[in-house]
Amino acid sequence: MLFSDTPRLFERNTRPMSAVARLLKRFYLDGPLLGGLLVIGALGLVVLYSAVSQNMDLWLQQCVRLFVALVVMLVVAQLPPDLMRRWTPWGYLLGLVLLVMVLAAGEVGQGAQRWLDIGIRFQPSEIMKLAVPMMAAWYLHERQLPPKISDLLVIAVLIVVPTVLIARQPDLGTALLIAMAGVLVVVLAGMSIRLMLGLCVASVPGAYLLWQFMQDYQRQRVLTLLDPDSDPLGAGYNIIQSKIAIGSGGLFGKGWTNGSQAQLEFLPERDTDFIFAVMGEEFGLLGVLSLLGMYLFVVGRGLYIAIQARDTFSRLLAGSISLTFFVYVFVNTAMVTGLVPVVGIPLPLVSYGGTSMVTLMAGFGILMSIHRHRKLLPH
Amino acid sequence: MSLFAPIKDHHSEQRLFVSRVILSSVISFVLLGLVIARLVQLQIFDHELFAEKSQGNRVRIEAVPPTRGLIFDRRGKVLAENLPAYQLELIPEQVPDLDDTLQRLARLGLIRDEDIPRFNGLSQTGPRFKPITLRFRLTEDEIANFAIQRPRFPGVDLQPRLVRQYPDGELVAHAVGYVGALSTADLERLDRAAYAGTSHTGKTGVEHFNEDLLHGEVGFRQVVTNALGRQLPAETRDFSESLPESEAPQPGHNLYLSLDLDVQRVASEALAGRRGAVVAVDPTNGEILALVSSPSFDPNAFATGMSPSEFNALQGDEDRPLFNRAVRGSYPPGSTIKPMLALAALEVGATNLTRRTVCIGYYSLPGSTHRYRDWRPEGHGEVDLHDAIAQSCDVYFYEISRDIGIDNMHDYLLQFGLGRNTGLDVDGESVGLVPSREWKRRAFRERADQVWFPGETIIASIGQGYMLATPLQLANAAATLAMRGKRFKPHLVAAFEDPLSGKRTLMAPEPLPSVQIDNEFHWDSIIAAMNDVLQSETGPGSAGHTGWPAIAARRRCSRSARRKSTTRRKWTSDCATTRCSLRSRRWTNRALRSA
Repeated sequence: MLFSDTPRLFERNTRPMSAVARLLKRFYLDGPLLGGLLVIGALGLVVLYSAVSQNMDLWLQQCVRLFVALVVMLVVAQLPPDLMRRWTPWGYLLGLVLLVMVLAAGEVGQGAQRWLDIGIRFQPSEIMKLAVPMMAAWYLHERQLPPKISDLLVIAVLIVVPTVLIARQPDLGTALLIAMAGVLVVVLAGMSIRLMLGLCVASVPGAYLLWQFMQDYQRQRVLTLLDPDSDPLGAGYNIIQSKIAIGSGGLFGKGWTNGSQAQLEFLPERDTDFIFAVMGEEFGLLGVLSLLGMYLFVVGRGLYIAIQARDTFSRLLAGSISLTFFVYVFVNTAMVTGLVPVVGIPLPLVSYGGTSMVTLMAGFGILMSIHRHRKLLPH
Repeated sequence: MSLFAPIKDHHSEQRLFVSRVILSSVISFVLLGLVIARLVQLQIFDHELFAEKSQGNRVRIEAVPPTRGLIFDRRGKVLAENLPAYQLELIPEQVPDLDDTLQRLARLGLIRDEDIPRFNGLSQTGPRFKPITLRFRLTEDEIANFAIQRPRFPGVDLQPRLVRQYPDGELVAHAVGYVGALSTADLERLDRAAYAGTSHTGKTGVEHFNEDLLHGEVGFRQVVTNALGRQLPAETRDFSESLPESEAPQPGHNLYLSLDLDVQRVASEALAGRRGAVVAVDPTNGEILALVSSPSFDPNAFATGMSPSEFNALQGDEDRPLFNRAVRGSYPPGSTIKPMLALAALEVGATNLTRRTVCIGYYSLPGSTHRYRDWRPEGHGEVDLHDAIAQSCDVYFYEISRDIGIDNMHDYLLQFGLGRNTGLDVDGESVGLVPSREWKRRAFRERADQVWFPGETIIASIGQGYMLATPLQLANAAATLAMRGKRFKPHLVAAFEDPLSGKRTLMAPEPLPSVQIDNEFHWDSIIAAMNDVLQSETGPGSAGHTGWPAIAARRRCSRSARRKSTTRRKWTSDCATTRCSLRSRRWTNRALRSA
């Protein structure tokens, strides 16, 4: 190779890259974040193909959902953060109204009232996944940080009202995640650590009270977690089978579509909440570590965007969205591996199902918008 | 922005935010570390444990039942075989409307209305993918009828199965027995592992006694199943490389019975329409040539299953067709024991060959006016021992009975195999009863009843009173006479055959302790008298003897040998060697009518 060829080698590599970069910039998309999400989405489709037992119909539906979710992300990324901030209270109020409507006239599905049919069928709780942290960030945007006690009390009300409405559906898992998204905002805003610890200590008697109010099936889930073998064919079945699936996968896994636990239907809910176990069985420890690595990359990129953000609202919202995403990943994987009770939270971007994926991607759209629309100087 | 808004210190806010992000990140890393540690624990350290569990999850051992051995008669005619039959099965999960489907099947006449609730119950208890058998064996017409209608019955289908079939069912029912569906009682008795997958087991007769030989050994295959136990088709998943070997079942042994279907038919026809039993035994080896109990029943009904009402009708029949009279029925043996008592009398010196008695039709004990009647009211006139046997004169035996004594009678009859099991290879034999003073002492509670009366000895001498014997015992006793005291255990199975190697194992005749007598010439006298039984015009073989409890009849060697030479070569030579042994002895026990 001649020395004079070197510049051309560089040229050839940089020119298409810059075109992609221009395109991303034009549509306010963040390259690393988009790349990470696409890799996770693709991995998810690969695992799902096996988890739905090669059912092409179900698999294509999921492809369509992923595509729709990406389009939603693209659209959301076009909205400047200032605009979103101004819409936030209205969005939050709309969400509350819809939640009340769900309780009043919602459709019952799988023993719970979660769906609302106004032209299109959807779960208003999905709106709240974004509206609650946005509302908290909106409230803190113009106030001095760290937040005062009075501010915290107002935000507590803003969080508790939708949480209780959703918990009444009843959808305890989603309610707790939405509350978590709001709490993360105040934590990132600088709420006193001493206060947090104090609340934790105070939550011990609170947990006792909560135990008293829990439904039997919810108590059973907690008890089963502590000793899954006590009820191997009942409540503990999911956890036992999921542990067998993951454990039998070993370091390298049994190979794609060769997981006997998943393919022979021993693993329940293998295409939704327990899809992580399918991955663990078929791709082994190396496979799940790769997936977890991608999740970590996406969360890291989100937090980087949050740190780069120039105003309080963007910063808090970006941080909350990123950390909530991590909480999803943690709760699902910890549940599937038997570390926490089975709470019915899907593995983000991988589990079969549409609504939550759209919400997640909308959240990442917000992150991209925040990153691409940021001004050089704080206003 | 309001002028009165508090001044925000963006730099300190930024620093605070970054510190919180760092804190959150640290917590996140710790949480993620927990998950990863858990994954390492499950997938690296406990991997072998879980791999083993997952293996156990997907592979299930399924039993493959062996084919039951066939049963033939001594000349290779099939007595029991396995025929493919179509049974009607329903798979609950594939039936859209169970009630409607069952109703329509009932309207087609394929199932009975009374069974519908039972099938409804069955479909709710078992796994929904497991077929329920609606009918065990369909006729050709029913198969055709259903085949046309099949599109209207999703989830209902015809399944070929092997069903035990007895071509000459009624003829051999009591000897061959039958198989029936395994009951819970059977399962307690049998080795459950060996009968996994088997649906029927021998219930009576040869089928029951030789269950171990006939059943064969269960095989197994490994099937891939899902969590619900549903078997997955092999082609959808290729897990076969890791499956352990299957093992083919070992079919049961084929049995060759000593029974002769032709002799059996003759005996059965002789009894047609009457209650009774016939046992024919080869005296030279104890092989049973015919074993008939009348009336009989169709054993095929048991193999295919019958409704409770059908079974109750069979069991409630006053002719008791299910009762095996030949083996289980114990009846007063009557005059059939006279030759044996005559031998006893000669041996103990109660009489001799020249002693003569005038039979006037009845006998009274000295000092008593009670008349013990002869079967011939006018009497037999002057008779000696030979005539007494040939004509079955009761009075002669009444007279010598006191000199023999009940205890001597008991000892000799016991030597001939009465009052004890013959050891036939069919379960459920009756023991019968040969009375003695000792027996009476033990059998009765009251002291007054325990005394043996002289009159009881007298009626015992013509096989009445307490005395009981099964037709099988009497047949074997007569065979013993013919063999001059040599006894064999009667048996139905002559040989069994390994169906795979074709290796046949013959059952050797099993000798029993011989009848011990001092003077061998006494056999000749008794046998000579027996030879005259059938020819005697006034004897029990004549028409005048009807109404008597028992007939002992004997075919002469020359006659039976002539017949057999055309049909059974092997026996002809047997017959030549034991020239005057009795070929077959038929006991028609007419007393069974009173049974």
